[in-house]
Amino acid sequence: MNKTEEVFNKIADKIIDNKQYLTKLDSAIGDGDHGINMARGFSEVKEEFESAEFDSNSAVVKKVAMTLISNVGGASGPLYGTAFLQASKVMEEDLSLKNAVKIGEAVIEGIKMRGKAEQGDKTMLDAIIPAVNALKEDYEAGVELEEALQDCLEAAEEGKESTIPLVAKKGRASYLGERSKGHQDPGATSSYMIIETIIKEII
Amino acid sequence: MVGILIVSHSKEVAQGAKELAAEMMQGDVPLEAVGGTKDGRLGTDSNLIYEALTNLNNADGVIILADMGSSVMNTELAFEFFSEEEQEKFKIVNAPLVEGAINAALQSSFGKDLDEVIAALDPVELAQKKV
Ligand SMILES: Nc1ncnc2c1ncn2[C@@H]1O[C@H](COP(=O)(O)OP(=O)(O)O)[C@@H](O)[C@H]1O
Ligand SMILES: [Mg+2]
Repeated sequence: MNKTEEVFNKIADKIIDNKQYLTKLDSAIGDGDHGINMARGFSEVKEEFESAEFDSNSAVVKKVAMTLISNVGGASGPLYGTAFLQASKVMEEDLSLKNAVKIGEAVIEGIKMRGKAEQGDKTMLDAIIPAVNALKEDYEAGVELEEALQDCLEAAEEGKESTIPLVAKKGRASYLGERSKGHQDPGATSSYMIIETIIKEII
Repeated sequence: MVGILIVSHSKEVAQGAKELAAEMMQGDVPLEAVGGTKDGRLGTDSNLIYEALTNLNNADGVIILADMGSSVMNTELAFEFFSEEEQEKFKIVNAPLVEGAINAALQSSFGKDLDEVIAALDPVELAQKKV
């Protein structure tokens, strides 16, 4: 198993372990399936890894993307699927802060293309955009990779929590209007878990 | 003839809308309905949508009626597996699912072209209850 496969295996475990929690968050402002959807997709990812051989990191990420697209079922499937597909296109074989920024930007672009949401709409983007912005600022300021990843993780966590007071503008939660206030967005929570796992595996 | 694709999170809703549309139309209109995931949950699957679009690819354009969220996203994702020329013939319309499907199938069965069928699917008009 190469390093990228290991990271995605850990992400899959994290998501599967938090199936109930993510589903509970989605019950409050959606249809109560986010944990089920994500666990279904990532169980399939683990299964794919059992048999597949990969010749590059980007091939691993592409496989993850296609597996999520085919198995998730909810909005998070095409959203994460498109995000990882875009990431696989710009991913270099050697990790660098410069490339991490590029990957982050590709992820955001993919999610925006698919779901047409903006920051502040109470979606996964509210965790991802601040995380990528933190990486970018640190890259431009010449900060070392490890410290930049720490900043990225903090920004993602704050971003996830920032969804609590927001009124949802996109996704199912938007049908609740004002009643979507006071709840943390399930997609922003799963995005934080993914970012957290990637960063903890690298550091 | 213009083809119709109905996409819902529920297989039963998609199937039911298709039946209602088929009952009204005058003659054969290419009609497909897709709903649910391949393991039987509520949701949508872009592979199933892709297959349905492939079945409709000989039609003179395809009108897509989708319910919400992932129905639209997974349909747009499925489009990306077709050439740009083919994609131009696929139109997701803003119309209520059931009324939209019935009217689209009826208009298509009259031999109307893609733009004419779309023009007949005004969402406000369609939402009016007729008796
Ligand atoms: N248009 C969108 N753009 C970005 N993220 C979205 C959009 N719609 C939904 N989401 C994200 O998806 C999450 C819900 O995922 P999930 O429950 O798996 O799908 P569904 O809403 O189809 O049941 C939301 O919490 C939100 O973060
Ligand atoms: Mg949901």
